[in-house]
Amino acid sequence: QKVREDLNKQLLDNLVSFLSRSHSEFQEKTTEWTCRMKFREIPTAALVLGVNVTDHDLTFRSLSDFLQNNITPYIALLEAKDCPGIKNLMQKLMGQLMNCYVDADSLEDEDYVQVSQNRIRCSMSSLIKWYESITKKTDSETPSKKRTSSSTHWQSPPIVVIFKDMESFTTKVLQDFIVVSSQYIHELPLVLIFGIATSPMIIHRLLPHSVSSLLCIELFQSLSCKDHLSTIIDKLLLTTQFPFKLGEKVLQVLINIFLYHDFSVQNFIKGFQLCIVEHFYSQPLSVLCCQLVDLQKRINSLSHDQCENIRRLPSFRRYVEKQEPGKQVALLTTDNFLKEETQKLLEDLHVYHENYVSVLRCLHIFTSSLPKYPLGKQIRELHCACLENQVWETEEYESSLQLARMLSKSDLVTMLQQCVEILLSSSGKEFDKTVEELKKFLTQFQNLEAEAFQEQDVSVSSQKELQKKTDLYHLQKTLLELKESRRSKKLTKFEMLRFEVVDYIDSLVRKYLVPADHRTLHEILYFNTAAVLRGHLNAAPRTALHTALNNPHWYLKNQALKCDGGSISNKAPDICIVYKLHLECGRLINLVDWLEAFSTVVMAGEEPNADAASSDQMDDIIHARFIRAVSELELLGFIKPSKQKTDHVARLTWGGC
Amino acid sequence: LAKKNKEEKMSNLVEEYFEAHGSSKVHTSDRTLQKLQKRRLNQETLRDLLKKAPLAYAAEIKELNQQHESLFSKWMLQLHLGFNIVLYGLGSKRDLLEKFRTSLLQDSVHLVVNGYFPSITVRSILNSITEEVLDHIGTFRSPLDQLEFITKRFKEDSSLELYVLIHNLDSQMLRGERSQQILAQLSSLPSIYLIASIDHINAPLMWDQAKLSLYNWLWYETTTFSPYVEETSYENSLLVQQSGSLALSSLTHVLRSLTPNARGIFRLLAQYQLEKKDNPSYPGLSFQDFYQQCREAFLVNSDLTLRAQLTEFRDHKLIRTKRGADGVEYLLIPVDDSTLTTFLENQDEDV
Repeated sequence: QKVREDLNKQLLDNLVSFLSRSHSEFQEKTTEWTCRMKFREIPTAALVLGVNVTDHDLTFRSLSDFLQNNITPYIALLEAKDCPGIKNLMQKLMGQLMNCYVDADSLEDEDYVQVSQNRIRCSMSSLIKWYESITKKTDSETPSKKRTSSSTHWQSPPIVVIFKDMESFTTKVLQDFIVVSSQYIHELPLVLIFGIATSPMIIHRLLPHSVSSLLCIELFQSLSCKDHLSTIIDKLLLTTQFPFKLGEKVLQVLINIFLYHDFSVQNFIKGFQLCIVEHFYSQPLSVLCCQLVDLQKRINSLSHDQCENIRRLPSFRRYVEKQEPGKQVALLTTDNFLKEETQKLLEDLHVYHENYVSVLRCLHIFTSSLPKYPLGKQIRELHCACLENQVWETEEYESSLQLARMLSKSDLVTMLQQCVEILLSSSGKEFDKTVEELKKFLTQFQNLEAEAFQEQDVSVSSQKELQKKTDLYHLQKTLLELKESRRSKKLTKFEMLRFEVVDYIDSLVRKYLVPADHRTLHEILYFNTAAVLRGHLNAAPRTALHTALNNPHWYLKNQALKCDGGSISNKAPDICIVYKLHLECGRLINLVDWLEAFSTVVMAGEEPNADAASSDQMDDIIHARFIRAVSELELLGFIKPSKQKTDHVARLTWGGC
Repeated sequence: LAKKNKEEKMSNLVEEYFEAHGSSKVHTSDRTLQKLQKRRLNQETLRDLLKKAPLAYAAEIKELNQQHESLFSKWMLQLHLGFNIVLYGLGSKRDLLEKFRTSLLQDSVHLVVNGYFPSITVRSILNSITEEVLDHIGTFRSPLDQLEFITKRFKEDSSLELYVLIHNLDSQMLRGERSQQILAQLSSLPSIYLIASIDHINAPLMWDQAKLSLYNWLWYETTTFSPYVEETSYENSLLVQQSGSLALSSLTHVLRSLTPNARGIFRLLAQYQLEKKDNPSYPGLSFQDFYQQCREAFLVNSDLTLRAQLTEFRDHKLIRTKRGADGVEYLLIPVDDSTLTTFLENQDEDV
């Protein structure tokens, strides 16, 4: 549990720092721009942030922090839901500004009291009065600081008002606020920042010309959420920092939710968090999912039951089957031997992952420059492909190798250099890396470059020779020779090298990009139950209702309920029968007919034990059951009472669902 | 292949939609419940009858419930990690949540909200938090202020923890945009843990992205198949007698306590209305005509007594007066014809 919390925290910290870093550039631009404001119009920054509204909170928070530290203590963040009218907006604005100010300077309590009194009557003029007093006070209090700032182009710090969600503000409120504040712009240096989710067009749609002419708008674009995703995947999944990994299907689910549903980085992180929770909750061996440093201790503290759990893992069984009989027995019986073996295997797994990441990056460099991107443009697609199956068996890989064999020399060299850099950096950073191939690889690259130089020399010299010759016969001869040699000798050398490199990469891929499923003990580090995740994050309540109503056998394991789809079993629960009958109707349903059909079906089911005497009572009970079922359907939203005809209900769904 | 399948399914759905809504003509039979010779049931008899009917598949349902109950400790963990839990699926999830409450939340502060209760509001939820959990006496100008206060208190005091269980988050009263917004903000507080259940098929339409991220839902399918007893007891079904419109039983009750003359007056009006029931433009009986008829039947002796009598009827909602185009008062009984017929028949039997 503790590990998980640690991990969680580590992960979130990492993310937050990353997000703020990615925004900082953008923020700097904005702040710089806030400095050079003019006084005639209200300076306005429009931030185009994209549709993932949920991620903007963090951006705005860090932006306001940044502004607060660097430029001005007066910042107000306004949200549409707090400001249904201009009065509320002003109230909120004043309150925030004054509180902001108190926060920033942490003044004495008396000021605070005064502030809260002021809250009652909030108007522009009181705001100005307040602002004047503040500036005066700060002027007198910190003369040195003020002087320096006033000697530059601004006498007083601006007041920044951030509108978080431009689209959801009422137009009238926004217009009024802008018009009012433009009247006071000389006394009150306001700066507006709009957060826009859609496109800058919305400013002109929301604000008429007369209002937007009061603004001096500059546009800022934020990073697209896809870039965020790829960086996050880069930081989270393709590092060796976190021992916890995602399986292919899970990753696919998360990416699909991101790309096809919401574009929200926050939701992606939530999904990832959920994966961690699920993994550590459901998998008894997840204690071993930790850094290598702690591994030894934890393995030693394993109980016998946990050892049994290890033996039960399918990947471990596969491993045992491949060993010789004596070792098999030892593995299956002695706990201590098993522990040693487990440690070795887990270390292998960690090393495997390190290698995997760097080789994956290399391969990505190759494939991402190929035309049509047979293996995908982004590294995440490549990652998925590698996890899903043995990548060298896929058609896409085959075609990309074909394409790679036709690469030009300069491309190839630059790519190889990039690969070398990656491998160098990874082998430099990860000290405990034990791959000798890397070195070999590197030298070969260097050789290649040297050879390339030699080749060039040779060709140059031959060309020089060509220039020396004067008579026609010799010229023809040398040309022929040259042609011959070009066809057979020199160029084949390059081509051979090219083939060699490609083959080498291929072999690297075969060696290192083995999907994780094929490794022993992968269950400990990899979380792979995608169905759970999908159920919790991307649920489909309607489907659940549909199956429950259509096919109750799925939930209630009773033999009597088993039947083919479409037909109505008379043993099903009442609500299912009523539902099936309602499916057969059109838009309106006559209650009487429905009731009769229902009682027919139910009577057929009850017939064996029904007496003639109690048939009247039976009728009443059926009637009551029908009423209950119908009102349940109404509660579920399948039907609603209709006024079109007496005693009819309208169906709210259509077709068979 | 899956994509193609999906496409097919989609086009199928579209076709089905137009099939269902294409023609405005609906072919259903004209039979009504009135023609069915059966008394309408009221709420109590319905409950009694249902008690007699045995619950089918009790064993299987119990097994299902046990499956869900095994998840309780997991829910607790996930609640503490900042997720909120929403339950969906067929069947009432009330008992399940109750069980969760009694088995795990006994020692901690928790709040149960019965969303299906027809007079529940967000304000009452917030009030119960401020008054009972936070011991704060005092009123707030708006729910937003109240929410702000709650947020502040919970942020200041990290030892405060509150479990909120909401049955039927999607009920009529809570499904409004503003109430959902407030609940979402409430649930986003780290020390408030929310478990809710939804039933309506279109319940997820209530939430946009912002609210979803505030709610931070984890979905759990808990199909229980247990009947919605409490939930539907407030649902005014067509088949159950409604208190709003006048029913036969109340009609007889009121009339039994009247004088014979008053009963005669009502009878006269009812008979006249039934005679004219085939005439759709029948505006009702004008007061003058009615006075004339009553005098002829020796039921009243003056204008004033009839007026007093009619006022009494009106107080009991037995009649309705309507002013016609010519300024004359017309009298009508706001009960459907079949009920009136049975009423008259019953009266005849009594006499």
